[in-house]
Amino acid sequence: MKIAFSTSGENLDAPLDGRFGRASKFILYDLEKEYFEVIDNQQNLNAAQGAGIQAAEAVVRAGANGIVTGHCGPNAYRALCAAGVAIYNCEAPTVAAALTAFRAGVLLPMESADVEGHWV
Amino acid sequence: MILAVASGKGGTGKTTVSVNLAQVFGARVQLLDCDVEEPNSHLFLKGTLRESEIAAIRVPEVDESLCNACGLCSKFCQYHAIALLGATPLVFQELCHGCGGCEKICPRGAISEKDRRIGVVETVEADNVTLIQGRLDVGVAMAPPLIRAVKSRLLGGVSAILDAPPGTSCPVIATIRGSDLVVLVTEPTPFGLHDLKLAVDMVKELGITFGVVVNRVGIGDDRVHRFCGERKIPVLLEIPDDRRIAEAYSRGELVIDALPEYRSRFSTLLWNIKELRGKKRGANHVRS
Repeated sequence: MKIAFSTSGENLDAPLDGRFGRASKFILYDLEKEYFEVIDNQQNLNAAQGAGIQAAEAVVRAGANGIVTGHCGPNAYRALCAAGVAIYNCEAPTVAAALTAFRAGVLLPMESADVEGHWV
Repeated sequence: MILAVASGKGGTGKTTVSVNLAQVFGARVQLLDCDVEEPNSHLFLKGTLRESEIAAIRVPEVDESLCNACGLCSKFCQYHAIALLGATPLVFQELCHGCGGCEKICPRGAISEKDRRIGVVETVEADNVTLIQGRLDVGVAMAPPLIRAVKSRLLGGVSAILDAPPGTSCPVIATIRGSDLVVLVTEPTPFGLHDLKLAVDMVKELGITFGVVVNRVGIGDDRVHRFCGERKIPVLLEIPDDRRIAEAYSRGELVIDALPEYRSRFSTLLWNIKELRGKKRGANHVRS
């Protein structure tokens, strides 16, 4: 199972980015093999619209089964639901802390978008 | 003649210039309020609503029984309005610009188009002025298609004044594209100058003849005038900073009615516009 974490860095000590669509990177962590890869999301930072949708496409294409992020808008939520990918809210400061929380089973899947579109 | 009234900065007096100019035009004229997010020209004209039509854009609809999830539509759409994440593409209607590309690119004919309402186009008759205005629905962010719908109502052979939205982005381009002449309304302040420069670059890029109206002369400084002088940009009219003009505006009155001494200024503006247009046509004629 692979989980994508929104972040601004390239390792587990990097901060967890509260934004999904406009996070600059995703760390895709493989829970079975215990390794991760970095997915670039730079192209979406300045997208006029549809950043959440495109980010959803990128993480789904990379094989993510779940997303851990701060917040998720309506379009990204709809896109990820269609792909059958669960989204988990997390306020942990770093990717490592979010990973620990996910493993401990304390993160619950979101049941709807929690912010409006174009939330900053 | 199609004349567009634009500005970089908002609140410089586009509507004041447009409605007063329409009223001194002296012949039948069409006034198009292309500021579809907040049309207000109608406040200054007493007329009757002749027509109200719903404006829509064409958005895609996917027939899941025909779709084989090839993803071409999703790759094609630059606005991410159609995305392939599950078995069939998802459509995000509010992001769709209505270009029709996804329907054309689909190899299996699985995409058809349906109307999505974005606003209304209203026609008001007020004596010599036919006002055509767009009114974008609340929550819709897609102004250019509605602006194009307003402009599609233009009758050939009758002059038109296009009241543009402020700024220099897509809605303004959609308004001024195809016009014969652009009047840029500004004010002699640092903000006015800054945004005037952006507007000048935009109009030059489109290759349209233009001149400037300086409103609220007396405030700020002389940098707008110096800029126009250095760039050889014609100043077609100066409107002084007169509190009574703002008061008339706030009551929905035309300046030329409330303060008749200004009528001649707007007639002069019209004359200057016609002369500028004549000059350019003459120059083009000589060149060709």
